[in-house]
This record gives sequence, C-alpha cells and structure tokens, in this order.
Amino acid sequence: MSILVGKDTRVITQGITGSQGLFHTRQAIEYGTKVVGGVTPGKGGTTVEGVPVFNTVEQAVRETGANASVIYVPPAFAADAIMEAVDAGLDLVICITEGIPVLDMVKVKRFMEGKRTRLIGPNCPGVITPGECKIGIMPGYIHTPGRVGVVSRSGTLTYEAVYQLTVRGIGQSTAVGIGGDPVKGTEFIDVLKMFNEDPDTEAVIMIGEIGGTAEEQAAEWIRDNMTKPVVGFVAGATAPPGRRMGHAGAIISGGSGTAASKIAKMKECGIRVAPTPSEMGSTLYQLLEERGLLERCKTR
Amino acid sequence: MNIHEYQAKAVLAQFGVAVPKGKVAFSVEEAVEIAKELGGQAVVKAQIHAGGRGKAGGVKLARSLEEVEQHARELLGKTLVTHQTGPQGKVVKRLLIEQLSNIQKEYYVGLVLDRAQGRLVLMASAEGGMEIEEVAAKTPEKIFKETIDPAVGLLPYQARNLAFNIGIPANLVNKAVKFMTGLYQCFVEKDCSIAEINPLVVTAEGDILALDAKLNFDDNALYRHPDIQELRDLDEEDPKEIEASKYGLSYIALDGNIGCMVNGAGLAMATMDTIKYYGGEPANFLDVGGGASEEKVTEAFKIILSDPNVKGILVNIFGGIMKCDVIANGVVNAARQIGLDKPLVVRLEGTNVELGKKILNESGLNITAADSLADAAQRIVALVKEVSA
Repeated sequence: MSILVGKDTRVITQGITGSQGLFHTRQAIEYGTKVVGGVTPGKGGTTVEGVPVFNTVEQAVRETGANASVIYVPPAFAADAIMEAVDAGLDLVICITEGIPVLDMVKVKRFMEGKRTRLIGPNCPGVITPGECKIGIMPGYIHTPGRVGVVSRSGTLTYEAVYQLTVRGIGQSTAVGIGGDPVKGTEFIDVLKMFNEDPDTEAVIMIGEIGGTAEEQAAEWIRDNMTKPVVGFVAGATAPPGRRMGHAGAIISGGSGTAASKIAKMKECGIRVAPTPSEMGSTLYQLLEERGLLERCKTR
Repeated sequence: MNIHEYQAKAVLAQFGVAVPKGKVAFSVEEAVEIAKELGGQAVVKAQIHAGGRGKAGGVKLARSLEEVEQHARELLGKTLVTHQTGPQGKVVKRLLIEQLSNIQKEYYVGLVLDRAQGRLVLMASAEGGMEIEEVAAKTPEKIFKETIDPAVGLLPYQARNLAFNIGIPANLVNKAVKFMTGLYQCFVEKDCSIAEINPLVVTAEGDILALDAKLNFDDNALYRHPDIQELRDLDEEDPKEIEASKYGLSYIALDGNIGCMVNGAGLAMATMDTIKYYGGEPANFLDVGGGASEEKVTEAFKIILSDPNVKGILVNIFGGIMKCDVIANGVVNAARQIGLDKPLVVRLEGTNVELGKKILNESGLNITAADSLADAAQRIVALVKEVSA
C-alpha cells in the first residue's frame, strides 16, 4: 500500500491537449499510470495518446469512472479547473499549475469546504507511488518502490531527496509535493497523518522552506502524534528577508518564517534535521539504522 | 509588486478610503507649486520603496513655502538609509507633498493573508505608528483580528467590532467602517498581497484618514490589472532583476561572488544554503523555472555573468519538466556567445541527463562536472578561492 495514489487510481488530465499536459500524460502512461481520459473544452470527441478527450470534467468522470484528476491548465483558468473537478466529485485533484493568483485560491478553499475532494497543490510536482502510479512532472526513473514517505513544499528538492534514497537502496512508499504557494489544498500535517496511518510507511522525510509557519505546526503535530521517525530539512537559510524566493509562499515577512526558527522548532520536537540538502538521504539512513528499521526499508 | 505611498493613496481613494490631500513632485518647483495649492503649509515625504522613512529623516514638516522649498531641495537626490533599505540606502527621486493633518490619535489597520486558514484577516490596533511586528511580539493582546469569509466579504459588524475594540470615538465609528470596507474592497479587487495603514488617524475635524499607506500586489495576478502594472517604478529595482523578469526568470541579487543557476525555487534556495555551508557566498538566487527554453537559459546565464562580483558559477539542475539537454545547450550557447572566462561547475540529474552530460563534454568548454549538490558546492567554492587568491 501507500497513500493517495496507487494501482487503482484512474486519472484524467485537465488541459491534456496543451504542451505540458500532453508531455506529462505520455510520461505517466509510459510509467504505468492508469490514465483514462482527458479534458480540454472544445476538443471533446478527439483522442490523445490513446485516451478519449472530453469537453467537461463531469462528462469525463461519467464516461471513464475516473477518481482523480491532474491539472495542467494555465494559471488564469486553473482555479476554475480545480472547482470543476471538485464539483464532479473526484476523490483527488492534483494541480501542477504555477502562478495562480492567491485570492483565487482563497475562493477555491472556501468552495471546497464540506466537499469530499482532496486537493494537492497548486504549484506542485504531483504525487507518485513508485511502481504503481505517477501523477505529475517528477522524473519517474529516480524512484524505487519501498517504505519511506517523502513530503515537500518544493518539487526539485523532492527529487533530490528521492534520488538520495534510491542510490542508498531505500525505496519510497509515496512522494508527495504539496506545493510552494501560500494557500494550498493539503498541508504537511494532512500528509503526515496519512503516512502515520499507512502500514507500509516506516519513516518520513519532510522538506520545508522559508515563509509561513506550516513547518512549526507540523513539528508540534509530529511531537504529539507521530509514531514513525522523521527527518527534516528547511531550505532558505541564506534567503534575505522581504523577498519572494521564487515560490509565492517563500518569503520571510515581519521576521517570521525564517529557516532558523523552523529548524529550531523541528529539533525541539524530536525531528532529525539534515544539515545540508545533500545529507537528507544519509541522515535518514542513519536514523533507520539506529531504530533497527534499515533492513525493512532496504530494497532488494 | 511594491508601489509608492502616493500611488497607494490614489488607488485607495478609488475605493472611498479617505486620504489627506496631496500630490507627487519630481522637482523642487513642483513641490512648491503643490504646496501653494495646499495653502502654503505641507508635509514633504520622501517616496522610496521602504518603510522607516520618518526615522531616517525622510518626512519633514513645512510651515511655509520657503520651508517646503528647503526640504524638497534637501530630500530630492538624497540617499535615505532605513532599516528596510540595507546599508546602501535608496536615492529619493519623488516627493509626496501633502496637507498637514490635525492629528488627535493614531491607530493601525492592516489586511493580510492568513495562510493556515486560507483567508484574509483584518487587523487593528490602537498602537498606531508602531511596527505591528513589535506590537505583536510585546503586547499581542492589543491587536484585534477579524477573519473574513470570502463568500460574503468583510461584514459591517466585523469592522464595527474592530473600531470599537481599538477605541475609535463612537461618533466616528461609521466613518471607520466605511474606511475598512474600502480597504477590503481595494484588496480583493486589485489583488493586493499586503495592505497596511499605519498610522490611520483621527483628526480634530473628525475625519478618519490614511496618513501613510502601504500596498503590495500579488505578482501572479498582475496580468489582470494593467493599471497597477503601470505603477511599477523601475528605479526601485535592481537592473539585473528587471532584465530577468523580461524573460520570466525569478532572479534576486545578493552580495556574494558565486553565481547560481538552478531549476526550482526550493532547490535554488538549498543550493545557496549549501554554498554558504561550505564557506562560499552566493551572488544570486535564480530559478530558471520548470519549462524554460534554451533561449531563457542563455539569457539567465548572461544575467549572472553581467554581475561584476561573480567569480564563478554553479549550475545545479534536477530535471523534471526541465530537460537536462535543454539546460546543457543553453549553457554552452551562452558560454560561447559571451566567452566564458570564469570557473563553471555543472551538476545535472533527471530527465535526459545522459544527453545533457554528452553536450557539455563535447562542447570543448572548460566545465567541471559534479556528481551531487555537495560535491558541486565544494568544487565551486574551491575554484573561486583559487581565482580570488
């Protein structure tokens, strides 16, 4: 098992005829993901990469039995695309799109209250359960099936962590990119809860960055609830205050959201913090060894 | 995006937020002319994109036209150093000439995003003129907050709660409600990211005015606000950052000597951190983004090399959307066009990595390949030390 996505996940791509949507749908199919259709308004009735294209999400879900969608729609239309997917009753919506206005996401979050759908992202790399299902833009080949969960606000840092695990013979249960925007569908704590309850996850790497207080809240949650070892890393120790470091959410404002405060909180709450991003894998390896979990987590 | 105080006040006024009368002046003559219209007395306020102007001597009271002229002459062209400008300060090129207000009491009102709730929060305090972070740290009980449901917006009772809580005189509460409602309307209609009125003042005449105003805008939403885009002041930005923004690159100039080109904001920050960890200093943050073209990579490389402080370059790419061969071609093209005379360490991993490495190897350029981020950072730090020694 794993969390969020697996063998039974049936995915549709919203924005399947755009260049990103097309490229990554092809990659997902090659990886073995069950892509059952796509949506591009006005292109309904055509076929792309061997899957049917529909005009609306509602129709796509009705015809294909999809339970998840991935969104590659441009930022100006992405909030609408998310709400369309939520309204169609999907279990999971993963929004890759970067650059959605923050106030659009404030409306989306309000719209989603009381609805069953889980949103991952926006501005995220997606979710992968190695060997089973890849939804998003991560390079599939760096992953190995296994028992370590990865959750991160940054796309490329997720790949970095996964790669470091794979070269050490440590596989991953699921890698989740929650995204770099300030308002998003899923927070660290949501994913940590799932990993904690997942019988096939033995340990977790959590990768944060400057801005906001989600890492601090997650650290406290881990201290009070988590039964599995966690390794942490926070990017942005050298970031100047008041500047938006690429991600809309990565900004130190009014002295809060610094890497130093997040790292201090993590350590205080019993999380093993990797001193550099190059040591995320080795730090976890050592922790697994100390806890006697290494053999369970080694992939043959 | 940040704008000047005088621009913020003009935008707020469109939404019925009361502001003192005033106009922007680019010269001493204009300053005097505006002061005449205001009756001879005025406040002369330096317009730069930074807070703390008052303490740095950037805000002057003038009781006569002669004083207006004197202050304007002194401030225009002056470099103001505040706690937000950094030690190099910022040159004053614009002044706001504003009517004097008979201030009875100062308050604070601000609208910010609460990330955890995913909602806007209107904050108010009777501690006007103080930095809100300071108030929050020392006396958090003096800050009152109302969380706004985006489905219905700021409700009048919420504004009333705040007004009564901070002690706005009862006969002026309705004016305060109108003020706050306008502030909220402005925030949501113009896609602000921060709106701060510090201080909001009650005057002897019974008016409620924004004596100062700070508005920041969500860069992601600027596409739908051409009027706000026009308010951008390029004099306030680093020329390299302006050049980068033309190509959709996310670039931030820093003080070090190792130029960085990375894909992904998190990895770009982590690369800077790692350089620092091994004893180097990054010259910039640069995220070439997910779907960068070869041309974009070439431009990114040129921008890094245009910084005279740069003594060496580290390229760190973990390809997801970004393909390693595209990066490699961009790097090779830029190095050929400009003539690379500085150490360059490249670390590639991810989609099409073998092809990317092949392109770099066959380019004949002096490029040091690295296997990991730590390896890459150590190599560039060592190479730059050699060059600088």
